[in-house]
Amino acid sequence: MKTLAIVGSSLAGLSAARAARAEGFDGRLLMIGDEVHRPYDRPPLSKDFLAGKVGQETLSLEDPTEDLSAEWMLGERAVALDAGERAVVLANGQRVAADGVVIATGSTARTLPQFEGLENVYTLRTLDDAVALREELRPGARLLVLGAGLIGAEVASTALAAGVEVTLLGGPRVPLTRSVGAHMGAVLAGLHAAHGVTFIQNAVLESVRSEGARLLSVGLSDGRVVEADAVLVAVGGEAATAWLEGSGVATADGVICDDHGRTRVPGVVAVGDCAAWEDQHLGRHHRHGHWNSALTQPARAIKALLGTPDPQPVATLPYFWSDQYGIRIQFSGHAELADRVEIEEGDLSTHTFLAAYYRGEQPIGLLSSGQPRLFGKRRRQLERSLAAQTFTFS
Amino acid sequence: MSSETDQMMRVCPLSQLARGDAMRLETRPPIALFHTEEGELFAIDDTCTHQDASLADGYVEGCEVECPLHASKFDLRTGKVDAPPAKLPVRVHTVEVLDGDIYLKESEEEPNLPPGITVDGHV
Repeated sequence: MKTLAIVGSSLAGLSAARAARAEGFDGRLLMIGDEVHRPYDRPPLSKDFLAGKVGQETLSLEDPTEDLSAEWMLGERAVALDAGERAVVLANGQRVAADGVVIATGSTARTLPQFEGLENVYTLRTLDDAVALREELRPGARLLVLGAGLIGAEVASTALAAGVEVTLLGGPRVPLTRSVGAHMGAVLAGLHAAHGVTFIQNAVLESVRSEGARLLSVGLSDGRVVEADAVLVAVGGEAATAWLEGSGVATADGVICDDHGRTRVPGVVAVGDCAAWEDQHLGRHHRHGHWNSALTQPARAIKALLGTPDPQPVATLPYFWSDQYGIRIQFSGHAELADRVEIEEGDLSTHTFLAAYYRGEQPIGLLSSGQPRLFGKRRRQLERSLAAQTFTFS
Repeated sequence: MSSETDQMMRVCPLSQLARGDAMRLETRPPIALFHTEEGELFAIDDTCTHQDASLADGYVEGCEVECPLHASKFDLRTGKVDAPPAKLPVRVHTVEVLDGDIYLKESEEEPNLPPGITVDGHV
């Protein structure tokens, strides 16, 4: 392989570049990114960076002493993949030919059509998004957050600490049901009201009142009117895969891959937020959309791309963390496979606990709220225990 | 007490830190003390240089500790980063055992604390 094109220059793309060099790839390494910024870390965008506690310079993912000898093509959006010639087509019309392609285009924040054209309505995915939203978090300002997933919850927490009056709207399902299950999702959602955020579950947006390009308030189906100086729409992300249409690379919710990140097009792999790898425990393709997968998947995918796939099955389980109201929340495993949850340390009322998820006698997941040490130990045991299970649970 | 331990701070009896265990010392900044499965003692700065997380909560394998939050790896002998996202090393402190007690001498280097963190914790 002489030329490797990595499409996407965030954590997954950078990790793929590092993995390629670590595997001895000494050809041309092309880093294509639609943002103009060099790779930066996104998790602080809803936490310390949004709070103004750390600056942009702290977000850099690169080590100034490392030399990837890559050619950076930043601010260049990929618009198509010509699988036959394995060429990436850029928005400016340029065709970038390569022997291997890594798809690491991540995800984009979902928007809501009701808010189109309104200037005080935001989403949060990029550094530029965070810079814009940060301007709105003035003491006494009123922020409306739509969506109580991880981003919505973290922004609510950060804004509250900045003296902002926060209203958080949840959907029909308990927040984080897909990630941690309905029972524990409800426990975590309890943090919002406990800390002074107005949390409205099962809110249905009925009307939007605006003046010029500024939103003034929203009306809910129960008659409530919520006035706001700014709105964050945090209703999830979508895999950034539209550019692959017609390429032969299969996509559903993410790029369909085997458990090495290989797409059905030879020489093309996908990693990170945009990728849905085959999951042996779930028995289906699963797009994690978590930071940790963007960190760990590329090494495995690069090995496969370079012709030396790792003979071992995937050893790491989906993992994510969140910081809310000064509490560190961590989860690993598959909540959806569990038939029961046991509180094995601490208690729910203080929000300091470790919860273990089981399917029969098999541990299948772990949730920690403020118990990082215990979580760390148990997470390893869980991974070992599940690595030994090669069957599908569902 | 030997001249070598003059400058050293007594931590606790070795018997209080079992093999495979770690403890966090509330120094400024905090220090993590590890007793590995192989029976070696190591002390490094406790706070990961990437983001605020306690390395004493981390996973130790051989002479390496993995940050519990983002999986950065540090060499317990040198403090160097073995795996990102951390970029800067942690300081390594001198540990000795004398008469069954663990003694520690703090490094005189400047610590590499993560953004937003001082020796006293959060800004």
